[in-house]
Amino acid sequence: MKVVRFFLQSALEIFRGGRVYWTWVAMLGFLALVGLYCYVYQFQVGALHSTDLGEEVPWGIYIANFAFMVGIAAAAVMLVIPAYIFHQESIKEVVIMGEVIAATACIMCILFILASLGRPDRLWHILPFIGRLNFPSSMLAWDVVVINTYLILNLIIPTYMLYTKFEGREPNPKIYFPLVLLSIFFAISIHTVTAFLFSSNVSRPFWHSSILGPRFLASAFSSGPAFMILILQVIDRQTKLKVSAKVIESLALITAVALQISLFLLGAEFFTDFYSQTQHASSIQYLFFGLEGHNHLVPWIWTAVALNVTAVFILSVHKLRNNKLFLNIACLLLIVGIWIEKGMGLVIPGFIPSPLGDIVEYSPSIYEIGVCVGIWAIGGLIFTFLAKMTVPIEIGAFRKERLSEKDPHWGKRTTDRVINVAD
Amino acid sequence: MSDPNEQLPENSGSGSTKAISRRKFFKKASIAGATVAATTAMASTPVDGDAFTDAVQEFFQGHYQKMTKEEVADAIARLERKTKRKYGVDIQINNDPPLEGVLFGYALNISKCKGYRKCVTACMEENNTSRALQIQYIRVLEMDKGSMNIEESNHYYDSETVPQEGKMYLPIQCHHCENPPCVRACPTKATWKEDDGIVVIDYNWCIGCHYCVVACPYWARRFNWEDPDLPPEKINPVTHYLGNRPRERGVMEKCTFCVQRTRKGKLPACLEACPTGARVFGNLLDPNSEIRYILENKTVFRLKEELNTNPKFWYYTD
Ligand code: SF4
Ligand code: SF4
Repeated sequence: MKVVRFFLQSALEIFRGGRVYWTWVAMLGFLALVGLYCYVYQFQVGALHSTDLGEEVPWGIYIANFAFMVGIAAAAVMLVIPAYIFHQESIKEVVIMGEVIAATACIMCILFILASLGRPDRLWHILPFIGRLNFPSSMLAWDVVVINTYLILNLIIPTYMLYTKFEGREPNPKIYFPLVLLSIFFAISIHTVTAFLFSSNVSRPFWHSSILGPRFLASAFSSGPAFMILILQVIDRQTKLKVSAKVIESLALITAVALQISLFLLGAEFFTDFYSQTQHASSIQYLFFGLEGHNHLVPWIWTAVALNVTAVFILSVHKLRNNKLFLNIACLLLIVGIWIEKGMGLVIPGFIPSPLGDIVEYSPSIYEIGVCVGIWAIGGLIFTFLAKMTVPIEIGAFRKERLSEKDPHWGKRTTDRVINVAD
Repeated sequence: MSDPNEQLPENSGSGSTKAISRRKFFKKASIAGATVAATTAMASTPVDGDAFTDAVQEFFQGHYQKMTKEEVADAIARLERKTKRKYGVDIQINNDPPLEGVLFGYALNISKCKGYRKCVTACMEENNTSRALQIQYIRVLEMDKGSMNIEESNHYYDSETVPQEGKMYLPIQCHHCENPPCVRACPTKATWKEDDGIVVIDYNWCIGCHYCVVACPYWARRFNWEDPDLPPEKINPVTHYLGNRPRERGVMEKCTFCVQRTRKGKLPACLEACPTGARVFGNLLDPNSEIRYILENKTVFRLKEELNTNPKFWYYTD
């Protein structure tokens, strides 16, 4: 009963907000509807007419976004480790936001996969126990297991922490610590498994490389914290939850180091493929320089390289990194840069040329872009709602003892009691 | 649409630009196809059984290997009704199990193959593949003599003008790998290897994730991006549950060594159609079979052997 009331009360929080909040929600809601429309269209006419996917390139921007979002989800450990393992107080305050971001990213991953399925109505076939999961043989089955487990962990841990806070108790380490350890393990797993999903294919030389796993992790640990730096600043501004400068600083440092490693690994791959110029290099050749006059991806990847190099420069110079403006610019450049490199720059060239040597280029159709925008908007909504529910508890404004049924304000509390995300 | 080959676009320019224009062509062709399908659907006669109940039962239908005998019989009856509703055609779906002591293998004489593509046409007709999408299980690669580089090959050449001077032809289809990467990849076990070595798909279990396409080194899998366009008068009514029964949108399909024929002791359609006698099919476990003779006495090779997929498809020369 107590728990039910806790959930109910938290859920009600979603409906309390100022003008900025509702405008934001309405905008995201509109974009989500646009995405839904595009998806319904894809479902009605079939993927051949609504997408640019096809026999040669069966995976496109949906899977590209999926690969990127997995990285965002994994990066929550960069807050979880210092907060729970090293007990850094400043980070403890925002770790729940990190977990909320991770949970949102997991849900978005699942939606991106759903969008790319030919038979989404048969989704139950892939569920453990109910369907017939090809575990442990299929890497995709592994991904289903780890992403779902990670999602559940990232819902349970913050809920428990918030609930004890709500009840005015101290959380019991015996309960949360094992779960935290597990979530760290799974954060690494989701990314490694997703990298293996690609690198396990002997048929696709571009992906069939043992540093793909490390590359994925390095890019995740730069794009994820960069993402969090931006979001935490918004939270700091828009809510009463304060994010200390130390948190941003340590995230910025992680971002810098991870991006340096990520670029180094990219360089290593580049060298291996280009030095001996074997036929296995044709995909990377296509990606960076074009192949037989086909060069759709060339501007993309060079843009990504330029963005990442600029970002790594800003992040590596202490003066620039410690300047909020430059830091934010670097984070933005890096997020776009990694999105291109891990998405379009990794998924698509794997299919070009095809195993029979055909070069068929791919660029997302307007409907595919619509679906992606919709899923991002849904992600934004989920995050906003979850943040709206957690912040008041986080800062202690929303406690059981303050919410007695006899209180005449119960259920219609005003802003002096409740902290609105956008008041 | 009498000859599936009619829709093959003319060949000009390089193989790759070709592929793009071909794709655009399919888009147009399949819109026309969808219209045909819609009209025939309306014209078809009513069938026993309620379409809605059938659809609900189909949704909950289990995996082929996990269904009981009765459930399979029900599923087959349902699918036969569905075909009747959609195309107005009576078909029979059998589910012959693998024959005892049989392991199928295929061998192809590349010195005899002249690239006529008769196998491609016959395969499409036998296997009820979508005409507008031109789902072809067999691709005939044309390449320069003196090289065996399939990445430099072209499978969009013009069938009218073969054989070309200085070219050789190498048909490629599912190799029914003994160690199939596609089966390993599939997250739902919707595709598997049967005891006679045939790699099959349960079209009612596949979720259309494309992971098997990504995994197959021979580019042997085809996807129904659209509702298949199958002219009713072209339907081959003799079908197998795991073989040529009409498919739906959103599922994978591929060559099954004509499971509906070969498990009844007949030869695959592509072999019967081949005008040059380049193809040999048989039981690898039978020491007196022709395929065993070829494997033991001819110069044989397999494609991408270094990947250890162990194809049950060999090429040989005289
Ligand atoms: S050729 Fe491709 S589809 Fe056929 S069994 Fe081998 S991996 Fe699977
Ligand atoms: S597309 Fe179908 S057969 Fe292929 S891996 Fe996915 S579920 Fe399995």
